[in-house]
Amino acid sequence: MTDRRREPKRLIDPSVLPADAIMSRERAEEIIKKIVSFSKADDVSVNLGSGYQTDVRFAANQMSTSGAVMTSGVGIQSTIGKKHAVATTNDFSDESLKSVVEKSEALAKLSPDDPEVMPPLGPQTYLPVSGYFDSTANLTPEARARAALTALEPARKAGDLQAAGFIIVNAGSNALGNSKGLFAYNRSTNANYTLTVRTTDGTGSGWVGVEHPDWTQLNFADVANRAIEKARLSRNPVAIEPGRYTVILEPQAVGDLVQLMGGSLAARAADEGRSAFTKQGGGNKIGEKIVDERVTIFSDPQDPQLLAQPFDGQGLPLARQVWVENGVLKQLFYSRFWAQKQGKTATGGPSSIKMVGGTTSLDDMIKSTPRGILVTRLWYLRQVDPRTILYTGLTRDGTFLIENGKISKSIKNFRFNESPLFLLNNLEAIGPAVRIGGTEQGGPIVMPPIKAKDFNFTSLSDAV
Amino acid sequence: MAAAAVAAAGVFNPAEAMSGLMMPPGAAEMPAEDTIKELMAAAITTAKGLGASYSDVRIGRYRNSIVFTREQQIVNTADTDSIGAGIRALVDGTWGFGATKILTKDGVVAAAREAVAIAKANRIARDQPVVLSPTQAYPNATWKSDFKIDPFTIPIEQRADLLLKANAEALKVKGVRFVNSGLLFVKEDRNFASTEGSVISQTIIRTAIPFQITAVSEDRSDFQTRGNVVTPAGRGWEYVLEQDIVGNAKKWAEEAAQKLTAKSVEVGRYDLVLHPSHLWLTIHESIAHPTELDRALGYEANYAGTSFVAPPDKVLGKLKYGPEFMNIQGDRSQPGACATIGYDDEGVKPEDFMIIKNGIVNDYQTTREQANWLKWWYDANKRPTRSHGCSNADNWSSVQFQRMPNVSLLPGTKEVSWDDIIAATDRGIGIVGDGSFSIDQQRYNAQFGGQVFYEIKGGKIVGMLKDVAYQMRTPDFWNSMDMIGGKKSYQFGSAFNDGKGQPGQSNAVSHGCVPSRFRNINVINTGRKA
Repeated sequence: MTDRRREPKRLIDPSVLPADAIMSRERAEEIIKKIVSFSKADDVSVNLGSGYQTDVRFAANQMSTSGAVMTSGVGIQSTIGKKHAVATTNDFSDESLKSVVEKSEALAKLSPDDPEVMPPLGPQTYLPVSGYFDSTANLTPEARARAALTALEPARKAGDLQAAGFIIVNAGSNALGNSKGLFAYNRSTNANYTLTVRTTDGTGSGWVGVEHPDWTQLNFADVANRAIEKARLSRNPVAIEPGRYTVILEPQAVGDLVQLMGGSLAARAADEGRSAFTKQGGGNKIGEKIVDERVTIFSDPQDPQLLAQPFDGQGLPLARQVWVENGVLKQLFYSRFWAQKQGKTATGGPSSIKMVGGTTSLDDMIKSTPRGILVTRLWYLRQVDPRTILYTGLTRDGTFLIENGKISKSIKNFRFNESPLFLLNNLEAIGPAVRIGGTEQGGPIVMPPIKAKDFNFTSLSDAV
Repeated sequence: MAAAAVAAAGVFNPAEAMSGLMMPPGAAEMPAEDTIKELMAAAITTAKGLGASYSDVRIGRYRNSIVFTREQQIVNTADTDSIGAGIRALVDGTWGFGATKILTKDGVVAAAREAVAIAKANRIARDQPVVLSPTQAYPNATWKSDFKIDPFTIPIEQRADLLLKANAEALKVKGVRFVNSGLLFVKEDRNFASTEGSVISQTIIRTAIPFQITAVSEDRSDFQTRGNVVTPAGRGWEYVLEQDIVGNAKKWAEEAAQKLTAKSVEVGRYDLVLHPSHLWLTIHESIAHPTELDRALGYEANYAGTSFVAPPDKVLGKLKYGPEFMNIQGDRSQPGACATIGYDDEGVKPEDFMIIKNGIVNDYQTTREQANWLKWWYDANKRPTRSHGCSNADNWSSVQFQRMPNVSLLPGTKEVSWDDIIAATDRGIGIVGDGSFSIDQQRYNAQFGGQVFYEIKGGKIVGMLKDVAYQMRTPDFWNSMDMIGGKKSYQFGSAFNDGKGQPGQSNAVSHGCVPSRFRNINVINTGRKA
């Protein structure tokens, strides 16, 4: 053991930790103003990010790689007439910033005209979001190592288990600004923990993932207990015939499939005839019922379960956006160019996704099911047909047969070919929505468990 | 392969620009060579002084340059540039890693101290200590990848002009309504030093030409795409010129339009004739990933998964992956391939090795830490226990770990061609280009689509099909292979965005292969109505 008394309290000497490790609003504003002052273009837009990321990885009951990365970067877009180009750097010295401004201007001058170029956005008003937690930002390596031990110790002690997990903690800021006075700033933290426990005989595997902006909200012991229980319960799976089954999908499995609708929410692709939301004969499906009327899906940076950035990459304010309400497609998102062309209001895309929960508990869904399949999560989802948002993928880390209202046995994993649109049309019950952890750094997603009929499993997998 | 999108784009090199444009001296330049060496020495000396038994440092500059277009307009032009240092420290058998963009002595020393502090903090959770297999020291090594013309010297308007001309050719075809195309160049300056005495400097250039054509039916009841027409390569601007995208665009566009009226496939079992432009991805997913040693031993269990090629003592020299003529090579030496490199990210000079030899599993992909795990096998076969040189990091800010080398299906002894295999096939489907792909976490059950599907009857191509995907179980699939092409039909398929690890890293990969036939494979129809 190392002598803990001799370890420094802070692991980076503050004298060499630059002021912009997690850039303050004032510092971001100062840099953006400086870049604007260097610009000779018609317009200049700046995107400024900074962050401190730490992680711990363990696998096969051993510690693996762990690290800390401090970085930041700036992207500068210069627009001259209808020409524009971006250059980026992570060196914030005056000489470097000047050089990158000039580089983006030189690149822009050489670029062909962009007929879709839009004038820069002026100042905007953004909703306040409190997604920054000191408990997360100020975490020590010792705290992360102790968190890893909450899974490693019981797994090593048990003798029949192997734990593999990953803890990743981010603290950072994001700022936007331009020569027309736009300024947006957001500071956030996030802690994500995923754990896979496998049985040493290779026949069982259980996974649990949790995520929250506030480190103190993660219950590490509970994650270990659930993953261990699921690993043991999933041992010795038996094969059952692929086909259409009633499924009970845990929130992670719902999220894995339903979040993919986000990729089809652009109005332009629908209007152009190349989206699942294209209306035959022209136009899009806004106002049409597309899924079961119990389904409502929205984005909202201020939702306490989401706490997302209140602006998009161009500085458009993001507020509550309801995509699907009571089964009806309520809106698609319009880029600034497409909105102008179609006479609509420009909106940002989905930066967070929440499907409104219901009241049926997972246990009640199981109890009400004479024969069905309980799915922990889905894996390796890839689009098969964009016309229907059809994806293929597999079940993973805990797939069970339900018979007469009870989990009767562990079953082998299935490949499926299924669309969130078909799934949400075949809905039978919805449970309480929770933040899911399997997105790693993919943005906040909140999903309920659901029960649905006729889920399309197309083949068996031997994988555990 | 995971979904990690490639952040594209690199930098316009002012000094070599053919436009004669004057650019200011960039402050965002790498420090001078001597300064880099001093910074690297400061980092590893610090780590050693604080108790590290081993330390290495990478100071790198990672640049991308992109131009993206659609139809007859520019979508985006961007240059990205990132410079920094990543330091790894092994203390008492436990790893720590610290990375910083501050390339001053104070900056790299702080990152080295953090790497050591993390390693020490993790000691409480250690079980077995990490032990590195031996490697030679290379005190003054340099290497550069196989490019003739640095694409960063090509003016942006010349790149845009080429794309817009190709787009125009594609748009001339009836039914074709959209074209998205781009040029993506990557340039990496990688410097490495270790406490064992290596000091290595390398330059790598890679090129990708994303190109996707969309045809839409008149009543908007259907749309079809043709993409992945040109595979990425570890080469320069000369590669772009060789592809003749303007001359080929019409043919690709016609394929997209033809798919609108192609016959929807009847489900069933078919003999599949797979073109190298398609087969590389099947090799990637069903051979290259499962023979990563970290996967086989559970080190990727929480994300990418484990492997059916496990445990090593049950499969090495025993598992029959495919027919006797199946030979799979791992290497980082084939010119122009995306994983080709002089020295890996822990200073090992890679060697060529046979992963599958005469159809039997013979080896795994390894790093210095991992090679020791197979010492028993190497001893038994009188081979040295050394890393195959598969350590890689996708950026200075990422920790290096095991990533795949070029993993390739070697040609057969007879000079057989794609046409020869089709002529020998009575009822089958020929598949060109890679499409949708998905495989389970142990690499057993996979499903692959493609770009263009040809119906084969009586040794001839009789028409085009659509909605085709095949499902397979890896060992059954490879053991059903009964014909492979010869040397002349060997070509690479590549991608820039192979995902692995936590935090996720994105890697460029290449797989050489030949057209091959697989008997009696399950084909499904993926077309459904919304």
